[in-house]
Amino acid sequence: MTTDLTNLTVAGIRDGFRKGDFSAREVADAFNAAVAAGKPLNAFLVETPEHAIAAAEEADRGRASGELRPLSGVPMGIKDLFCTAGYQTTAASHILEGFVPTYESTITAKLFGAGVGMLGKLNLDQFAMGSSNETSAFGNVISPWRRSDGGNAPLAPGGSSGGSSSAVAARMAPAATGTDTGGSIRQPAAFTGISGIKPTYGRCSRWGVVAFASSLDQAGPMARDVRDCAILLETMSGFDPKDSTSLDLPVPQWEAGLSGDLRGKKVGIPKEYRVDGMPAEIEALWQQGIAWAKDAGAEIVEVSLPHTQYALPTYYIIAPAEASSNLARYDGVRYGQRDLPDGANLQDMYAATRAAGFGGEVKRRILIGTYVLSAGFYDAYYTKAQKVRALIARDFERAFEQCDVLLTPTAPSAAFALGEKSADPLAMYLNDVFTVPASLAGLPAMSVPAGLDKQGLPLGLQIIGKPLDEQGVLNAGLAIEERAGFTARADKWW
Amino acid sequence: MDWYLKVCEMTESSYRIQGATGEWEVVIGLEVHAQVTSNAKLFSGASTKFGAEPNANVSLVDAAMPGMLPVPNRECIRQAVRTGMAIDAQINKWSRFDRKNYFYADLPQGYQISQLYHPLVGEGTISIEPEDGETKIVGIERIHVEQDAGKLMHDQHPTRSYVDLNRSGVALMEIVSRPDMRSPAEAGAYLRKLRAILRYVGSCDGNMEEGSMRADVNVSVRKPGDPFGTRTETKNVNSVRFVMAAIEHEANRQVDVLESGGTIVQETRLFDPDKGVTRSMRSKEDAHDYRYFPDPDLLPLELDDAFLAECRASLPELPDAKRARYEGPLGLSTYAAGVLTADVETARWFEALMAATGKDDAATAKAASNWLISDLFGALNRLGKDITNSPVSPAQGAQLLGLVADSTLSGSLAKQVFEIMLETGDDPAKIVEERGLKQTTDTGAIDAVIADVLAANADKVAEYRGGKDKLFGFFVGQTMKAMAGKGNPGVVNERLKAALDG
Repeated sequence: MTTDLTNLTVAGIRDGFRKGDFSAREVADAFNAAVAAGKPLNAFLVETPEHAIAAAEEADRGRASGELRPLSGVPMGIKDLFCTAGYQTTAASHILEGFVPTYESTITAKLFGAGVGMLGKLNLDQFAMGSSNETSAFGNVISPWRRSDGGNAPLAPGGSSGGSSSAVAARMAPAATGTDTGGSIRQPAAFTGISGIKPTYGRCSRWGVVAFASSLDQAGPMARDVRDCAILLETMSGFDPKDSTSLDLPVPQWEAGLSGDLRGKKVGIPKEYRVDGMPAEIEALWQQGIAWAKDAGAEIVEVSLPHTQYALPTYYIIAPAEASSNLARYDGVRYGQRDLPDGANLQDMYAATRAAGFGGEVKRRILIGTYVLSAGFYDAYYTKAQKVRALIARDFERAFEQCDVLLTPTAPSAAFALGEKSADPLAMYLNDVFTVPASLAGLPAMSVPAGLDKQGLPLGLQIIGKPLDEQGVLNAGLAIEERAGFTARADKWW
Repeated sequence: MDWYLKVCEMTESSYRIQGATGEWEVVIGLEVHAQVTSNAKLFSGASTKFGAEPNANVSLVDAAMPGMLPVPNRECIRQAVRTGMAIDAQINKWSRFDRKNYFYADLPQGYQISQLYHPLVGEGTISIEPEDGETKIVGIERIHVEQDAGKLMHDQHPTRSYVDLNRSGVALMEIVSRPDMRSPAEAGAYLRKLRAILRYVGSCDGNMEEGSMRADVNVSVRKPGDPFGTRTETKNVNSVRFVMAAIEHEANRQVDVLESGGTIVQETRLFDPDKGVTRSMRSKEDAHDYRYFPDPDLLPLELDDAFLAECRASLPELPDAKRARYEGPLGLSTYAAGVLTADVETARWFEALMAATGKDDAATAKAASNWLISDLFGALNRLGKDITNSPVSPAQGAQLLGLVADSTLSGSLAKQVFEIMLETGDDPAKIVEERGLKQTTDTGAIDAVIADVLAANADKVAEYRGGKDKLFGFFVGQTMKAMAGKGNPGVVNERLKAALDG
């Protein structure tokens, strides 16, 4: 057989398996072995080799009988925010430790229905709150990447989908599901040299995904390249009557529509994204991206998104407000952890359970959210934030009168070392400065790997599209990908 | 709104509490929680059936499992809209759900999905007819839809409480009145009228015993002409009688407090039906901050014209209209029209009875109405039944009325037949046939009996002919007795008169 099946992309596995180059079982075995060998990265909270094998064996039987499904033979990692029937789902929080859902999230049901096997449940920032994976209750994920300075400092894989980014970058999974509330797919993808797309809000059902901030949460795929993102997003998207915010629209054939030819397209460069103190390397990468877009035939236009500076504060009011309410259900009464001190009454039980069950960052956001919604502060914070959110969405609407997609850096820096920013929440929040605006406006956006910084760490470029124009986003991403020729990968140290 | 204000002024209640410092007026507003009639809950497909085993009707959404999302149940929205239309209220084509956040073990989500800022139904009116009072218009401020909570059970275990989530997520309409009522009688009339409307519309079964309807009672007192006083809210009162008792007690308590120099604290109170008193439920110190905000799991509720048109077209004739029709075209008395329309089941029965008679003239309506109100209701009362489980059907009732109308039965024979119908469930025609209860109009037969009666009472005949007119009744009685009650009273009278006077 081929040398190493774990080097294959989703498309490569799908097509090679169909051609008979290898069996699905061989693919599952190779990735299961990689998962087992990758423990030092702490990317998986639960390993499910039996699930991947069962799906692979079914794929192999299906190939023999001519009953192939769209993703037969493809294994994936699943972020542990997706409820999986029969498999522990924790959102990386002690408060859900031991919780085994009886139900399958719509997204995992669609993927499994398309033939995907699950390699395991992937670590994340607790309740998807974080940008480094350090808020996980089960230890942080470590990025497979290391700086070229020889210092071997363990680096953050990004967050909150850090288990997903680390697993894909380390070839433990050809792809993984992620979720993105303010950048949780795009920033970790950029940190680890992979691709990831957050579709238009409402494309992917939120049913069965542990909620962080309902008006922002969107699932999406994380994979090695743009084509794989297109393939997986096609399967993950679609109307779900169980989610009132789900879009009742047909799912386009994004893979078939892929084209890196940007002739006739206008790529907008938002001037407000040129923030103070942005590293020269990021600026240089951005200029490189502009050159690639031109090379692909696009016209470059400068656009303005005047309310960009208010996006982070707005996000850090709305997201915690929704989270403070969404997380009220973790009370120790019906499932998950319960802390019942001797002689405790109901209030004591709530307090003890939530004090012991939630991590520091989760508590911080619950407190912020409770504060901004409380009587006397609601209008000053929440109502105002909603108004600013509308202005930010209007900024994008106006910009898209002048261009088809926007091109920006994904994050203001390359991956930082673990522990480097964990003591300063504000510095950590600044990581989302480029990703949060598109989340507030519900727009499709993706990150593609575009180069390395001088320490040899990956950097990503972000493409933001019009509502429902995932195709435009994917195509611009493909144009960058084709020209960036990003082939770097982390040296295996684990 | 001029006409409306005028109506309120004209019909101001004269109910007053006599205090040491003079008369006090009571101001009452009611917030009624009415369970929406629907098979499924407001945001989940779980059943709403009453009386199921604890936690039998609980979906993943109702238990607030991780990742579960609410999806509005169209039927619940439809019923609330129809209710709004029935009280001539403004229907808001754009409304929104908000979360009311608080922790309690009967509230799995940690928030109740309700509508604070943009309710489904806006201002409307209900016309009430208090006993010994004049018709009055009570303003409705709003109707919004919201989730019910579960139920804690404290009697299942010595040290623990259990939770039953069957009611968790069941759809409620909260119907909020203006503070327009001025006496316990008006509040009682309002509740009865609201209940009647809900039952006519079919949006709530109005069953207060099963908790389908309960009221939060807002009461304040003031000297007539003064501005509103501070109000208290007595929660979850679950019968008309208790609501009236709670108002009476609470108003008197407030007068006592004020007259002894105290002030009324705006607070939540509970009514103790055993003692007939209200008491403070929680103090201000642990007053909740509910942190209301729009539910981000739900899109705003937008209603289109076709939906509204269907809601309107599906509304039945409502009590006020029905009553007007009974009094007008049908020619019934105000009293009879009121009794027949007070409850949708009675009105339905009456209309089925009329339909079965095949007639719609005033005489038939009057006979049907009289029979239903006196004979049928009397019998049902005696038997401890109500109109919904009457042993006699409308078709049987119509048959009985028909037998009276065509002189087959006299009034007293009809009563006999009805008693037998109640016992046997048989049709009146069959009873008349089998038991020979048919009234006799055969003049030959009647004349023969009269001849016998006169012959046997020659002395009384002489007295009668001598001027003692009052004896005529005696002869009628004797004749009817001899005919076992089956003689047609009119014919008997006529022939007897002829025999005696001729």
